[in-house]
Amino acid sequence: MKKLLILGAGTAGTMMANKMRKVLPRSDWDITIVDQYKTHYYQPGFLFIPFGIYNERDVIKPKSDFFPVGVNVIFSEIEKVEAEQNRVMLADGVSLKYDYLIIATGTRTAPEETDGLKGNLWYKDIFDFYTIEGAVALAKHFKTWKGGKLVVNITELPYKCPVAPLEFVFFADAFFTERGLRDKVDITYVTPLPGAFTKPRATKMLGELLEQKNINIVPDYNIMEVDNENKKIVDFGGKEIPFDCLVTIPTNLGADFVEASGLGDDMNFVKTDKFTLQQVDHENIFVIGDAANIPTSKAGSVAHFAAEILEENLLCAIEGRELTAKFDGHANCYIETGYGKGTLIDFNYDTEPLPGSFPFPGLGPFGLLKVTRTNHYGKLLFRWIYWHILLKGKDMPIESEMQMAGKKL
Amino acid sequence: MSTKTIAGVEVNLNDEGYMEDASQWTKEIGTEIANEEGIELTEKHFEVIEFIRNKVAAGEGLTIRGIGKSGVVNAKEFYGLFPGAPLKKATKISGVPKPTSCI
Repeated sequence: MKKLLILGAGTAGTMMANKMRKVLPRSDWDITIVDQYKTHYYQPGFLFIPFGIYNERDVIKPKSDFFPVGVNVIFSEIEKVEAEQNRVMLADGVSLKYDYLIIATGTRTAPEETDGLKGNLWYKDIFDFYTIEGAVALAKHFKTWKGGKLVVNITELPYKCPVAPLEFVFFADAFFTERGLRDKVDITYVTPLPGAFTKPRATKMLGELLEQKNINIVPDYNIMEVDNENKKIVDFGGKEIPFDCLVTIPTNLGADFVEASGLGDDMNFVKTDKFTLQQVDHENIFVIGDAANIPTSKAGSVAHFAAEILEENLLCAIEGRELTAKFDGHANCYIETGYGKGTLIDFNYDTEPLPGSFPFPGLGPFGLLKVTRTNHYGKLLFRWIYWHILLKGKDMPIESEMQMAGKKL
Repeated sequence: MSTKTIAGVEVNLNDEGYMEDASQWTKEIGTEIANEEGIELTEKHFEVIEFIRNKVAAGEGLTIRGIGKSGVVNAKEFYGLFPGAPLKKATKISGVPKPTSCI
């Protein structure tokens, strides 16, 4: 019996378990998936919680609902991958052998990496919204907040769902406007990037949106520490920004076992070939989702597009053929802009987000780099698609390779 | 792209003033670009420049975190040496491409 071992049962790992169980015969292949947690969070929903649009129940389901029949499930912490021995050590002393390994252990927020972030004000005046705890605590805080300086700060790159902090400030603008508090809330977006986003056209479009909504932006800002006593953040150059409420996007790190296994970079993201999705030093290890150090967004859509590539390449490897599928870094992100509207960006390693229509050229129904109601409904509809189609590894009517049709250069 | 004579050497620069060919770089060129940026290079600057050039030559990415953990300088010292936008300035002076941020 051959063994396929999947580490991580989040979006990427669960999709791969479903896909591979369909294509690998049960008579020949054992598939095992390992995760330390039993709850599956719909992470794109966290953004909606601070503004009372979703609550905790809307984003939680048991992981076990999404595993296919015929996959062994182990809930345990992962200690180390011993790649030379084709073996994974779990925290409780159990070791698992594998023929092929998929690492899909994602990324976590690490507020402890920034001095003073987890100080006296943590979850009093300082919040994150990338964890369920942070999102819920912030929702509670916003219910009675009387206004002041709201500072949203991205600590460093890379971080998951790169558009979420922008959506957060757009939502905040609408939320406080609807409550009649907007003139008392000063919103500032503080980012290490030179502008609102990375690529020229999306940066321009999103930068203009920030301006229209009267949201300040402080670019090229790399936070060094939080001064809890005087309620301000300080960067390495000494620039201070005062806050009444700080919403932080903390440093993102890969899983600790990646470091212990010697497979990652200095942020514990697994060193991965950006085209084949193979770990750079080990032919029988593949990597998918946020856990990989490939130069594209850390986002569910990327994991979804990469899953088809990984399925094909894993089968190639198993059958001793050359790896034929090549990942293009495709990402597709709906961006909520508030007031029941949204925009959409679609890009890959080489092509920046361009205006146009998606997924059908000329027809849409979604507009790229345009603010429309349909885009917002696309995002809301996506939660259903996520639970019922995407996690189960079923096909969607969107090509995994980015398409140029429908885009304007 | 444009051509410019820096410290007696004719070099190709891109639109943002970054050198196109890192192998053309000399300490003298670095010193002159630094002067244009209002920075006078010290021994410490050259240690950082050497680290940056070695990283780039090895095909590895540059981040403020990475330079802060290099053992050459910490992040705060790096800001002190190249005030404002340290990574952008330091790479320009080192004659290597501007780091691209992808998110």
